[in-house]
Amino acid sequence: MNSFTGFVKKEFLHILRDFRTLIILFGLPIAQILIFGYVIRNEIDDVRIAVLDYSKDDVTLELTNKIISSGFFLLYENLTNEASVEKIFRKGKVKEVIIFEKNFAERLERDRTASVQLIADASDPNSASLVVNYTNGILFDYVKKQNSGFNPPFKIVPETRMMFNPGLKSVFMFVPGTMALILMLVSAMMTSISIAREKEMGTMEVLLVSPLRPIQIIVGKVMPYVLLSCINAVVIIALGYFVFQLPIRGSLIVLFGETILFISLALSLGILISTMANSQQVAMFISIFALMLPTILLSGFIFPIENMPKILQWLTYIVPPRYFVEILRSVMLKGTGIINIWPQTTVLLAMTIIFIGLSALKFKTRLE
Amino acid sequence: MLPIIFIVPIVQLLILVNAATMEMKHIDMEVVDLDLSPTSRKLINKFMGSPFFDIHKSGFSINQAKVDLLENKTQIILYIPLDFEKRLYKENKGEVQILIDAVNGMTASLANVYSQSVISDFNSELLAKKGTNVLINTRPKSITVENSYWYNPQLNFKFYMVPGILVILVSMIGVFLTAINIVREKEIGTIEQVNVTPIKKYQFIAGKLVPFWIIAMFELGFGLVVGKLLFKLPIEGSIPLLNLFAALYLLVLLGLGLLISTISDSQQQVMFLSFFFFITFILMSGVFTPEESMPKWAQYVNSINPFAYFMRVIRMIILKGSGFMDILKELVSITVFGIIVLSLAIWRYRKVV
Repeated sequence: MNSFTGFVKKEFLHILRDFRTLIILFGLPIAQILIFGYVIRNEIDDVRIAVLDYSKDDVTLELTNKIISSGFFLLYENLTNEASVEKIFRKGKVKEVIIFEKNFAERLERDRTASVQLIADASDPNSASLVVNYTNGILFDYVKKQNSGFNPPFKIVPETRMMFNPGLKSVFMFVPGTMALILMLVSAMMTSISIAREKEMGTMEVLLVSPLRPIQIIVGKVMPYVLLSCINAVVIIALGYFVFQLPIRGSLIVLFGETILFISLALSLGILISTMANSQQVAMFISIFALMLPTILLSGFIFPIENMPKILQWLTYIVPPRYFVEILRSVMLKGTGIINIWPQTTVLLAMTIIFIGLSALKFKTRLE
Repeated sequence: MLPIIFIVPIVQLLILVNAATMEMKHIDMEVVDLDLSPTSRKLINKFMGSPFFDIHKSGFSINQAKVDLLENKTQIILYIPLDFEKRLYKENKGEVQILIDAVNGMTASLANVYSQSVISDFNSELLAKKGTNVLINTRPKSITVENSYWYNPQLNFKFYMVPGILVILVSMIGVFLTAINIVREKEIGTIEQVNVTPIKKYQFIAGKLVPFWIIAMFELGFGLVVGKLLFKLPIEGSIPLLNLFAALYLLVLLGLGLLISTISDSQQQVMFLSFFFFITFILMSGVFTPEESMPKWAQYVNSINPFAYFMRVIRMIILKGSGFMDILKELVSITVFGIIVLSLAIWRYRKVV
C-alpha cells in the first residue's frame, strides 16, 4: 500500500510540475465556458440593415423607427436606388435590405394593403431566416395594432409556452455540451497521453517490474485525473450557475453521480486508447479525431441531432457524450429525476464496463 | 503524412458538413386533442401537411405529453382543450396551447414561428369559409411582405459550412504541422546539425515554410473541388482572387506556427498551445455562429483574429462573388498582419539559434 501511495504522489507531481499543461487544464474550461456563454450565440442582436424607402412617408418612417428601436437591428445606410443593394451586400456590410414601395402610406389607407420587400443575405442561411422572421414579426405587430378595432370572427389564438428556457438563451444549450467536451478532453486525452509517455520513454517497463500490480498502476495513473476532472466539473457548473444564471432544477446528487459516471467512462476510454497507442503523438491524434470532433459535432452540443441525416443520427448512438449531454440538459434544465434518464444512464454504465473490460484484456497481452 | 493530407479533408468535409446543420425539418410533435371535433381535426391535419412537423404521437393526457417532453421523446406539444370548437363559434376565440421544448432556444424560436404561421394560415381559411356573411365593410389593413434570400435562395446550410470547414482544414495544416515539424527537430536535436551548416537563417526558414505553404494551397484547391463535386457548392467569385488572399493568409499562419515553435520545447507543449488558441480563435471567427451576434469586445478581438478575416473573405468570394475592391480592406489587413507576424517569428528565431 505504501508503494501505491508513493506512486500516486509521483503522478500528482508529474502533473503539477508541468506548469504550461496545468494552465491549459484549468484555463481551457474557463475560457470555453466564457466563449460559449458570451461569444457563440445565435441570437439576433444589432444586425446591420439598410433601408431603401421609395415612399418616405409617415408610415414608412414609423415602421423604420420601430424596426431600428427594436434592439435587434442597426440602420447602416439609407439607400437611394436598387443598384446599390447588390453593392452593399457584396461588401458584406449589411445582412438585410428593406424596400418600401412607392406611396406606401397612401396604398395602405386606400387599397388596405401595401408591400414591403425584404432581401436577406442568405450566404449565412441561418441568420438570414432569423433576420427575416424578426422583421416580419415587427411588421406584423404594427399591422395588428392598426387593426386593433377590428376583430375577425372565429379566430384561433395559440398560447405558446417556451418550456425550460423562457428567455431562449443559447448558453443554456451550450454549457452542458462544454462540460462534456472538457471532461472528455481532460479525462480521456490526458490519461492516454500520460500512459503513452511512459511507454515512449521506456519507463513503463520499469513500472511493470516493480512490486505494484497492474491494476494499481492503472488506478494510480487515473487517480489525479479523477480529481482534476471533478474540480473542472464543479468549476463549470458554478460558472454556469453564477455567471450565466443557468438553473439547476434537478437534484445535485443525481447531477454529480452522473458526472462521476461520465468521468469514469472517459477515463476508461483514455486507458483503452493508451493500450493501443505507443507514442504520445499517436495518442494525441486518436484523441482528437476519435474523441474531440465527435464530441463537438455528434453529441448534439451545438447542432441538434434531429436535424442530421439518418446515417449520422445512428452514428451518434455510439458517441458517449451524446447520452451525457442529454442527461445534463434533462437534470439541469428540465429538472428530471433519475427515473426519466435511466436508459441513458444504463448505456453509459454499459459502455464504461465494456471499455474497462477491453483495456484489461489489451493490457494483459502487453505484459507477456 | 500523405493519407492525412488526402483522406482527412474528405472525411471531415463529409461528416462535418452533414452534421453541422441547423436546417429544421420534421419537428417531432405530439398532439393532445380533447375536443375531437371536426375543426380540431382539420387543424391537426393542417399541421400534418406542413413539412416542418411530424405528428408522431397523439394522446389524451396533457400530463403524459409533458413527461414525453421531459424525456426528449417529443419537441413540441399541441394541446387542444375540451370545448375548443364550441368556444370558437360562440365566443369567436378558440384557444389552443403550444408547448415547446426551448432548451435549444434557436430551434425553439423557429418551431414557434412555423407553428404560428400554420395557425394563421388556418385562421384565414376559416375566415374565408365560414366568415363570408359576417365580413365587415372595412377590411383590415395588411402589409404584403415579399421575402427574397439572395446568394442562397434554398437556404442550403451546407453552402455556408463548406467554406468554413475548409478554413479550419487549411489553417490546421498551416499552424499545427509547421510548429510540430520544427519542434521535432529541436526535440530530436537535429536542429543543432542544421545550425552548424553554412545555410543562412532565412534560407532555413524559407525551406521549412515553403513546403507547408504549397501543401496548404493544394489542400484548399482540393477541398474546393470536393465541395464542388459532392455538395454542388456554387463558386460565384474569382478563384485567382481567392488564391491570392489564401496565399497571404497562409503566410500569417505559417508565421504563427513558427512563433509557437520558438516558444515551446516539446511536441506536447506545441499541441496544447496551438490547440488552445486554435479552438478559441476558430470558434470566435464565426464558423458556426455569425460574427454580428457576438458582443462588441469579441468583435474587436476579431480584428486581430486572422481566422475571422479568411472566414469572412472566403464566404464573400465563393458565395457572393465579391470582387477585388470589396475585399481590399481585408487584403491590406492580412498583408500587414503577415509582415508583422513573420518578422516577429524570424526575430524570435534568431535568439534560439
